[in-house]
Amino acid sequence: MSDVARRFVMEFERPLVDLEEKLESLKHLSVVEGAELAVEIAALEAEVDELRTTLYTSLTPWERVQISRHPERPHTDDYLADVFRDVIELHGDRLYGDDAAMFAGLASLGTRKVAVLGHRKGRNTTENVRYNFGSPHPEGFRKAERVMLLADRFGLPIVTFLDTAGAYPGLEDEDRGQAWAIASCLATLSRVRVPVVTVGIGEGGSGGALAIGFGDRLIMLENAYYSVISPEMCATILHKEPARAAEASGCLQLTAQDLERMGLADEVVPEPLGGAQRDPVTVMGAVGTAVARALDDLGALPADALIASRYERLRAIGEYSSE
Amino acid sequence: MPISDWFRAREQRRYTAPSEPPRGSESLADGVWVRCEGCKRTLYAGDLERGLGVCPSCGRHHQLTADQRIDMLCDPGSFDEIDGDLRSGDPLEFRSGKPYAEAIEAAQDNTGLPEAVLTGRALMGGLPVVVGVMDFRFIGASMGSVVGERIARAFESACDRRVPLVLAIASGGARMQEGMLSLMQMAKTAAAAARLADAGVPYVAILTDPTMGGVTASFATLADVIVAEPGARIGFAGPRLVERTIRRALPKGFQTAESLLGHGMIDLVVERGSLRETVIGLLVCLAAGGE
Ligand SMILES: [Zn+2]
Repeated sequence: MSDVARRFVMEFERPLVDLEEKLESLKHLSVVEGAELAVEIAALEAEVDELRTTLYTSLTPWERVQISRHPERPHTDDYLADVFRDVIELHGDRLYGDDAAMFAGLASLGTRKVAVLGHRKGRNTTENVRYNFGSPHPEGFRKAERVMLLADRFGLPIVTFLDTAGAYPGLEDEDRGQAWAIASCLATLSRVRVPVVTVGIGEGGSGGALAIGFGDRLIMLENAYYSVISPEMCATILHKEPARAAEASGCLQLTAQDLERMGLADEVVPEPLGGAQRDPVTVMGAVGTAVARALDDLGALPADALIASRYERLRAIGEYSSE
Repeated sequence: MPISDWFRAREQRRYTAPSEPPRGSESLADGVWVRCEGCKRTLYAGDLERGLGVCPSCGRHHQLTADQRIDMLCDPGSFDEIDGDLRSGDPLEFRSGKPYAEAIEAAQDNTGLPEAVLTGRALMGGLPVVVGVMDFRFIGASMGSVVGERIARAFESACDRRVPLVLAIASGGARMQEGMLSLMQMAKTAAAAARLADAGVPYVAILTDPTMGGVTASFATLADVIVAEPGARIGFAGPRLVERTIRRALPKGFQTAESLLGHGMIDLVVERGSLRETVIGLLVCLAAGGE
């Protein structure tokens, strides 16, 4: 792994990366200076393998949150390029503006035509600024809703990709009705007469994720999260200490595994050891397959049955008792 | 009957009065004297209650308890609670900060309410309605499974009986101690609201101080007509978060009913003294359309 040093390192990976770097320099010594280090190298390789396995097979919720935010993780744009063909982006909310933080468009998935919605994150500063770090303004949600209605009108299934820390908490966003825009998406998504398949690919931050984040199937990547509030904000509210986000991540039960256990997620797509960024092509392929399979299942249902079952799905969510 | 008489005409208080002033003390306390956060004057509690919680000096609309809200909105004695038997669980066994189960128990003891919302059938000006009122004293009237369920059932009850729905809303947002189950109540209540809208049954929302977060971003703003009380704080993101985001002080009046009226987000700002008549007028008008 010659690109070890250049790789983005998550805080919890540091011990592994240190060890990997040590291994690199040993190998370098052995090659360049002809030192006889075969035994040491083999031992260190074994150690690196063991640590890697231990580290990545016992991930805490907070470590998964970090992986979900990894900048090299496949983003909505990558799925559009890799999983779909004939992508036509549709711009604007027809009311005020076009929000680049929200992708909306039409595409082919295999032989099927679909509408695609997704939060967008960038991989460099320019992209991140353009995409507002994945946090939509009201215009983004209104564009998404417009395309939901378009899909509804022309019978196109809707596929959505969740990857946002949340709706943007700006001043003008409030004035322009951020809450109204999200609420309207929720109402519309609940009643479109076409299948809706949602994929949690990274961050699923609160109302901004939910606006395009429920439907007939919820597929979660192994290290994606979906939460009512960010771990940092939760820690701030409870303890006035954002640093206690790790603890909050555990309490909130926000991992893909938690969602599956609670019956909220239908499927968890496995990621390679260490996260989707280690093998994006395989992960995106698996997502494409899972989405196509879900659409096959849902395609068999008449529209009335589809929206009735979507409503029942939502109505069943919640835990309470009757005295 | 003048509106102030509804308080006096109240036959009985169905829930015990709070034993101590609520935290933050913006709501009406049970003590003899209360301090108005608007004008900082000390007021006689009886005067404030007779004035429907509106400060006689500065006009500030203080928060009302669920019982007070029912009394000021509904015809005397007409409120008939539904789904009063629902109780929150502790699905996440949330232990960070104050354990959730304890927080619920404390809120129940403090308010005499089973949860942050009361829903039921009632009459308003003789019109049958389904009504729901939220009480901010109960864990900030945050929306967990029970609030979401009662609100969804209120929508369904209005839909089944084809009678208008009136919700008096206050909330800090989603109830984080219920995690994703809480977030999904937004989708659940929005879906129920969409069904009522599709059925052509009127829904009037009264946004009161404060209405924030996941409640604003779901059923609260999906009403046919959105009425707000003067000075009510209404928004999605909390003001402190917005301030941190924009890195400057917030303008005066930000996220208030009046500011949102100016931005075209709500239909009306109505003083509490004429709120009941206004809502009845709206319902009469909306209901007349189908006849
Ligand atoms: Zn005052």
